[in-house]
Amino acid sequence: MEERNGHHGENEPETGENEDAAEPPPKQSRSRSDESNNFGLDSNNMETTTAGGSATDERRTSTSNYSSRQRIDSLRKIRPPFPWFGMDIGGTLVKLVYFEPKDITAEEEQEEVENLKSIRRYLTSNIAYGKTGIRDVHLEMKDLTICGRTGNLHFIRFPTQDLPAFLQMARNKHFSSLHTTLCATGGGAYKFEFDFRQMADLQLLKLDELDCLIRGVLYIDSVVSNPSECYYYENPTDPEHCVQKPFTLENPYPLLLVNIGSGVSILAVYSKNNYKRVTGTSLGGGTFLGLCCLLTGCSSFEEALEMASQGESSHVDKLVRDIYGGDYERFGLPGWAVASSFGNMVCKEKRESISKEDLARATLVSITNNIGSITRMVALNENIERVVFVGNFLRVNTLSMKLLAYAMDYWSKGQLKALFLRHEGYFGSVGALLELLDPS
Amino acid sequence: MAAESERVDRSSHSMDKSITLPPNEIFRNLENAKRFAIDIGGSLTKLAYYSTVQHKVAKVRSFDHTAKDTEDDPLYEISMQEEMLARLHFIKFENAYIETCLDFIKDHLVNTDTKVIKATGGGAHKFKDLIEKKLKLRVDKEDEMTCLIKGCNFVLRNIPHEAFVYVKHADSEFRFQNTHPDIFPYLLINIGSGVSIIKVESEDTFERVGGSSIGGGTFWGLGALLTKTKRFDELLQLASKGQHTSVDMLVKDIYGGSYGSLGLTGDLIASSFGKSATADKEFSKEDMAKSLLHMISNDIGQLACLYARLHNLTRVYFGGFFIRGHPVTMHTITYSINFFTKGEVQALFLRHEGYLGTIGAFLKGAEEDNPNQYSWGENYAGSSGLMSTSPDLNPMQRARSGTFDMLEMDRLERQLVNLPLLQDPSSYIPDTVDLSEDALAREYWLYCFEEALDGVVKRAVASQPDLPEAAERAEKFRHKYLHKLQTLRHQPFAYGSLTVRSLLDTREHCLNEFNFPDPYSKIKQRENDMALKYFQKAVKSLEELSWEQRQFALVRGLLAGNVFDWGAKAVSDVLESNPEFGFEQAKRQLEERPWLVDTYDQWFERLKGPPHKCALFFVDNSGIDIILGVFPFVRELLCRGTEVVLASNSSPALNDVTNNELQILTERIAAMDPVIQSAVKEDRLTLVQSGSSSPCLDLSRLDKVLAGVVRERHTDLVIIEGMGRAIHTNYYALLSCESLKMAVIKNSWLADRLGGKLFSVVFKYEMPPNKKPTTLDHVPVMPS
Repeated sequence: MEERNGHHGENEPETGENEDAAEPPPKQSRSRSDESNNFGLDSNNMETTTAGGSATDERRTSTSNYSSRQRIDSLRKIRPPFPWFGMDIGGTLVKLVYFEPKDITAEEEQEEVENLKSIRRYLTSNIAYGKTGIRDVHLEMKDLTICGRTGNLHFIRFPTQDLPAFLQMARNKHFSSLHTTLCATGGGAYKFEFDFRQMADLQLLKLDELDCLIRGVLYIDSVVSNPSECYYYENPTDPEHCVQKPFTLENPYPLLLVNIGSGVSILAVYSKNNYKRVTGTSLGGGTFLGLCCLLTGCSSFEEALEMASQGESSHVDKLVRDIYGGDYERFGLPGWAVASSFGNMVCKEKRESISKEDLARATLVSITNNIGSITRMVALNENIERVVFVGNFLRVNTLSMKLLAYAMDYWSKGQLKALFLRHEGYFGSVGALLELLDPS
Repeated sequence: MAAESERVDRSSHSMDKSITLPPNEIFRNLENAKRFAIDIGGSLTKLAYYSTVQHKVAKVRSFDHTAKDTEDDPLYEISMQEEMLARLHFIKFENAYIETCLDFIKDHLVNTDTKVIKATGGGAHKFKDLIEKKLKLRVDKEDEMTCLIKGCNFVLRNIPHEAFVYVKHADSEFRFQNTHPDIFPYLLINIGSGVSIIKVESEDTFERVGGSSIGGGTFWGLGALLTKTKRFDELLQLASKGQHTSVDMLVKDIYGGSYGSLGLTGDLIASSFGKSATADKEFSKEDMAKSLLHMISNDIGQLACLYARLHNLTRVYFGGFFIRGHPVTMHTITYSINFFTKGEVQALFLRHEGYLGTIGAFLKGAEEDNPNQYSWGENYAGSSGLMSTSPDLNPMQRARSGTFDMLEMDRLERQLVNLPLLQDPSSYIPDTVDLSEDALAREYWLYCFEEALDGVVKRAVASQPDLPEAAERAEKFRHKYLHKLQTLRHQPFAYGSLTVRSLLDTREHCLNEFNFPDPYSKIKQRENDMALKYFQKAVKSLEELSWEQRQFALVRGLLAGNVFDWGAKAVSDVLESNPEFGFEQAKRQLEERPWLVDTYDQWFERLKGPPHKCALFFVDNSGIDIILGVFPFVRELLCRGTEVVLASNSSPALNDVTNNELQILTERIAAMDPVIQSAVKEDRLTLVQSGSSSPCLDLSRLDKVLAGVVRERHTDLVIIEGMGRAIHTNYYALLSCESLKMAVIKNSWLADRLGGKLFSVVFKYEMPPNKKPTTLDHVPVMPS
């Protein structure tokens, strides 16, 4: 399952970055400088996310509109060579995005080295790589024009613990001979930098994960329209009528971005370049899976989720009604609310009467509700009403999404809206790819 | 949620449940008990009752001296009277003993017209029938949260040093907090099986602003599943031995080091239990328990901070069975709060946290008695004090765990308030040295009090020659006080910060407990008699001096008078061996100027200026001190046109002059001295009670009447006399008016510490900080 970042840690000082919504200071020195010391792309031609408002649609159309051959030629000179990758190495998962150009001219095809072709073919003709690598085909973005080239964007993930195998493959395929820049973010970009160089002769361009995350979110939301990238649950408090609905992230600021990976990071985003990490919690996806493995003996996120879907958490948790016989009216607590997560497990008889599925469900519910609760408090403290949840904890995890939608709505009395994005955990790697094409 | 469940002591399983209760130690004063309340948690029961205690008090009554004034008659007669004292009793015991305890109460409860017992706590319904059957009292259930808050307000208001900060590796783990004059607003985080977060704004206004389901029950329940360890205590024990880094995914596990740009260090937990998802290995119980403890403590700490920030509160108290005196959880919660607020908010804990529910339930039932309109004081003699439940228990404590814990609060006759002249009531600390933080000083004073015990016992017996069983009672007193001293040696934090004052007060409480209300009554009487005979002569010789000489002679006389102090061992030895130790001899004993602390010149300069409007004088000993030292000094002030308010103790402590005695003395002096007489008549000399019965002085707990007088008279000078009031306490007290602190150091250890010697003099004249002339900056300060 999921991914990176989310450190426990708190209210760090606003990172100082970009208090100024204006032009951020240029990021320093890319290590590679073969053909381009000037990446001064005209941002008007880039669909990367300029902040704001109604420009979104305009931006989208403009991307497919450039037609001047000249323009392309001029872009070409400053465009990095293929292959284009963006990588996000998290605590649990490595997320990789790969841009497959579909507008390759005959001329280009001839120039293209065999290596590059073979990589392209390998990645695009498979949906699974080795034992653990998976391409999320349903997320693939077709006919995307990016940096003057049109093609498909592929989304691939594999467990961080299999990174050595990946590096071995990169070495076997002589990836380093392509002289590409490998843009990487996530903690692993730092942790494994040496291994990349040592094992695969690859130099990483390390990028800040939160910068990449926000860039990726804003970009994907701006280029994806059908189905809408962003959605929410209508009638979250009514299970019968709770349905997924598209949402347009127009004028999204200020916005709370909650990234649930192994741990959780909560960012307050005020503009494209102005954000701060408000807080985080160590009770995240890694905690869910870790506890489930210990409690039920399961071994994968999917397995844990499957068990959770069949369990009943109220066997494990102590509810308000278990203590008060009903609602605790004095304080407006409904009887169904959880008073103590795992509270029933204090008692030996109850420990013996519950199933593994119940335990998985209770774990999922308590981790999810806790994230919801912290998020709600941060939203109140920061005075932000819109919350976007991302991260691979939410992958195929409708249970948690509905719970979050419910919790946001119920406890805020309808003030807070929980929003979700289809590309859940890939935004960091998309941000890294964008950094390759248009260094900020 | 608040439903609580506590540690179940191992011993309770093997112990016979039909134990015989030691009746003179617990459930005391049941005869007159009324107004019961009970708080039954998951494993501990807390019982409260109100009772009246018959108590001996010493009274003095003036003889009619106008009729026959024979030389041999004493000045006044001393009598012992019985008084009723209102006392609250709180007892905590394991649920296993509940039946035994109820039987015991039933058997000892006589002549009560109580019909109802107030009940709270998660277990109240479970034992409802049993209570009703045994005690024949109707169980009346009260809301848990309301009880909790009422109890919390009560202890914060009435018990100094109730709240503390926990510092794991410090010399003293417990840093007791000053009671802020205004206890509101605050946040109470109650960590029971779940968490309730309550914002308290006034006595009757509070709101549950939030909570969390991840609480003590989560630690216990998940812990039991993960480690197969059933008991809460054992889980904490496991946790204290574990390493969380093998289970948790740290920032450095992801980054290889720190995440520098966000300032997240490598050792921070990125994902709790993050490693147990990928590593194919067994984890130790200890490590999992530790990881779980961190996860839950951090989570609660984070939420607490978010709520504190949202409501803009900085006082955050933690309670509930998850905390209840467990160093392990107090530490992890403290750590979390420090981390999340960067030290802006301190996690506060309460000494009597376990009693809050029952105190609150009791108060609910006693509303018609208006308990909140009185001031209450913790009775050190009848209260067990805070016990550390650290894994490495000391022997005394192990013996006690699993049995009974008690808290007794006496209703004070006077309502106590701050001295209005304190510069900053919220930062005022009465005590000069915190013995809980100063190990050397602690050793010395504990030894000193132990050494002095024989003498105290002897004097106690001597004070009641007509009562044959006095000797036996005195032995019981000895035993009790010795036991307290031993407890304090192991647990200096038992009653808040350990100070010379608390040691003295504990001794007074123990003496009272065994009906020795005033062991010095006869000595005081004799000395007052003797000194009165010299009063006129002393005044006359002073009047013969020049103004300049007289000012110095008055100060010198006051200091010499202060040498007469039975509270100080060095002096009591001399006095006991040589009762004729005279005033002149005392003057010779005094240190020559320059004194150890000497600002006499500034005082003298000040005297040349306009008179003070009104002086408040906290007096010390009876006899020579008050009569030949203080009165001439007061007389001079009166002559200058300064009104004087003499504040003396409400009840006896050592040989300190009590308000009662001082009234008689003043009458007698007035009869001899027209200056005093007219001052009394014209209300320029007023006597007030301090509200205290301690040889020391806490300026934040003074009689409300005194505070009123001080305000009305526009008091602009405060004089504090004696070692107990001016050195052990208030040496550093800052006042908003001029002050004079005078004492003779009659303890060689203390003299040594201060860089002086026995009978060194402290004369400290101070201006309020804003008016202070620069010349006063050279006052030597006390090394701490």
